[in-house]
Amino acid sequence: MKMYWRALMGATALCATAGLASAQDNVTLTIATVNNGDMIRMQGLTDDFTSQNPNIQLEWVTLEENILRERVTTDIATQGGQYDVLTIGTYEVPIWAKQDWLVALDGMPEDYDADDLLPAVREALSVEGTLYAAPFYGESAMVMYRTDLAEAAGITMPDSPTWADIKAAAEAMTDKDNEVYGICLRGKPGWGENMAFLTAMANSYGARWFDPDWNPQFDSEEWNAALTDYLDLMTNYGPPGASSNGFNENLSLFQQGKCGMWMDATVAASFVTDPENSTVADSVGFAQFPNKEGLDNHGNWLWAWSLAIPASSQKQDAAKAFIAWATSKGYTELVAENDGWRAAPPGTRTSLYENPDYQAEAPFAEQTLTAINAANTQKSSVQDIPYTGGQFVAIPEFQGIGTAVGQQFSAALAGQMSAEDALAAAQSNTTREMTRAGYIK
Amino acid sequence: MARAVSRNTKIGYTIAAWIVALIIFFPILYTIITSLKTEQEAIAGFDLIPSFSLSSYETVQSQNNYWRPFTNSVILAVGSTLLALIVAIPAAWAMAFSPTRRTKDILMWMLSTKMMPAVAVLVPIYLIFLRTGLMDTRIGLVMILMLMNLPIVVWMLYTYFREIPGEILEAARMDGATLKDEILYVLTPMAVPGIASTLLLNIILAWNEAFWTIQLTTTNAAPLSAFIASFSSPQGLFWAKLSAASTMAIAPILILGWFSQKQLVRGLTFGAVK
Repeated sequence: MKMYWRALMGATALCATAGLASAQDNVTLTIATVNNGDMIRMQGLTDDFTSQNPNIQLEWVTLEENILRERVTTDIATQGGQYDVLTIGTYEVPIWAKQDWLVALDGMPEDYDADDLLPAVREALSVEGTLYAAPFYGESAMVMYRTDLAEAAGITMPDSPTWADIKAAAEAMTDKDNEVYGICLRGKPGWGENMAFLTAMANSYGARWFDPDWNPQFDSEEWNAALTDYLDLMTNYGPPGASSNGFNENLSLFQQGKCGMWMDATVAASFVTDPENSTVADSVGFAQFPNKEGLDNHGNWLWAWSLAIPASSQKQDAAKAFIAWATSKGYTELVAENDGWRAAPPGTRTSLYENPDYQAEAPFAEQTLTAINAANTQKSSVQDIPYTGGQFVAIPEFQGIGTAVGQQFSAALAGQMSAEDALAAAQSNTTREMTRAGYIK
Repeated sequence: MARAVSRNTKIGYTIAAWIVALIIFFPILYTIITSLKTEQEAIAGFDLIPSFSLSSYETVQSQNNYWRPFTNSVILAVGSTLLALIVAIPAAWAMAFSPTRRTKDILMWMLSTKMMPAVAVLVPIYLIFLRTGLMDTRIGLVMILMLMNLPIVVWMLYTYFREIPGEILEAARMDGATLKDEILYVLTPMAVPGIASTLLLNIILAWNEAFWTIQLTTTNAAPLSAFIASFSSPQGLFWAKLSAASTMAIAPILILGWFSQKQLVRGLTFGAVK
């Protein structure tokens, strides 16, 4: 009987130890992400990762961009530890890294090859030389235009047009009777909507958001010229109701053949050349984001949806292994194997742009690479500035301030106020907010 | 005596009622129409005739599992409503049949908690949930939804109970009924229409709640509100898919409302002609 009990106790202890060991080894990562084509594709390909790492399970939380930002901020600020991997952009990374909210991504596996990351993207995701987020896909901005309309109008779009070239092309391509508008640009208010475009445009005009003492600069000649020209372009050659058009609305207009030109994120290039969804897929040309005559500044737009680990995560090693997989060269090849090279996440790795298969399938590859490489997020204006960021200002207050200014400019586009009034309102609102936030003493 | 109404007036009222109903129902109808379009058609502009494409439903189903959030929604809506009734019936009884000088103030105070925006208490509640391990659990959300809807439940029940003559309860007490008997066997059966409409209305409110259910969940307890939120896209067309997800999310509650409309109307107009 004693023997029997001993054996039973021994077996129980063994089972408990085995159970404990397996519980320690098995990890479930919670990944917070936004809903876009590349992210959805990744969710479908994770079997590759889980087969290599059978002890790691993945749970996805897909949320709308602003809700995601709100939820993740609350979670990090309260040290909640709800998420192990976050999808964030180039706006959040420098701000959050400086607050010690993110885990530094050093010690990635040897074959990760961080030197292969595009330098501009890597720099935008680093603080003092340390990488805090790995880019999943990146973008700059460029001009997408209809080659057939340009030819019919007898114009040739230069590879690197000036704003004067753009105005002339918009005028030549506009045919309002047939619902063809020379130019489509963002007008919907929001720091990530119309202000992304207008900040890039203002950069290319030599404008800046703030002087080195953080005084807003909307009363400058450069801002006045940029906004006046934007309103002039959109009023004369833009589609009706443009003040409610964002990325998605313009994408739809372009795909339906209603825009002669569209200036927006380079990631749109793969959508407008997709024959399944675009009626103009075979007649799209690409050019660099315009500059003002005599100024070497093409807007400095740069964005990268990136994967980062919050400092509150308890599973940082497993999270790092996942990020290394999802942003590796191997993942790009996996996507190409399954869905073709056109579907490979763009704008992150030099090796992708050197790949002849990708070059053959993606006619926009060269212009995208040039645009990303030209973006300087450390100094986006030709004038002296106290901030970093390209089409945004990388300070926590920018979401609120940018959206408030965007509302003024959108109202001007809707004809509710003049450019001067919109700029004056932007100047006084921003001065008040920056004083309140302690930037202006 | 009922007033004679001419045939033309009747037809006029019927048409007017249909028009009003259509205006109210139109957003839901257009969501359903949009869900049957392709993404290109959905964003192209206003059009009432869809191409009857089911591709959005296929994508939604293949991209996200519908049944887990659906089960969570059912548990949260039913659970929080039942819990609210258990707490609110005795509270409303006390205020309706044994009012004190402060009853009106208490009722107003309860209602005043609904006047504060939910986001104002987000951080404290978030921290409580974190520290107590209630984050992303169904039990935590059942409690939160119960607390959010409790003032409305108490108010509705209080209004219904006030319509019941106190003498009937007194008679029950004279016959030796205990407090429990009085509430369970006398008051509750008489107030069934009111309780039923309160129950239905609160299930609808809890089903549609989209602040706490998104803020306090990640994967395990996320209901259909989080399911819908996952289809909005920063770059790419998503209106048809979002509409398909919304249609799938509201379908159960719409069907429930359809079958229980008699009960709902009866409860909402209970005592109106006294």
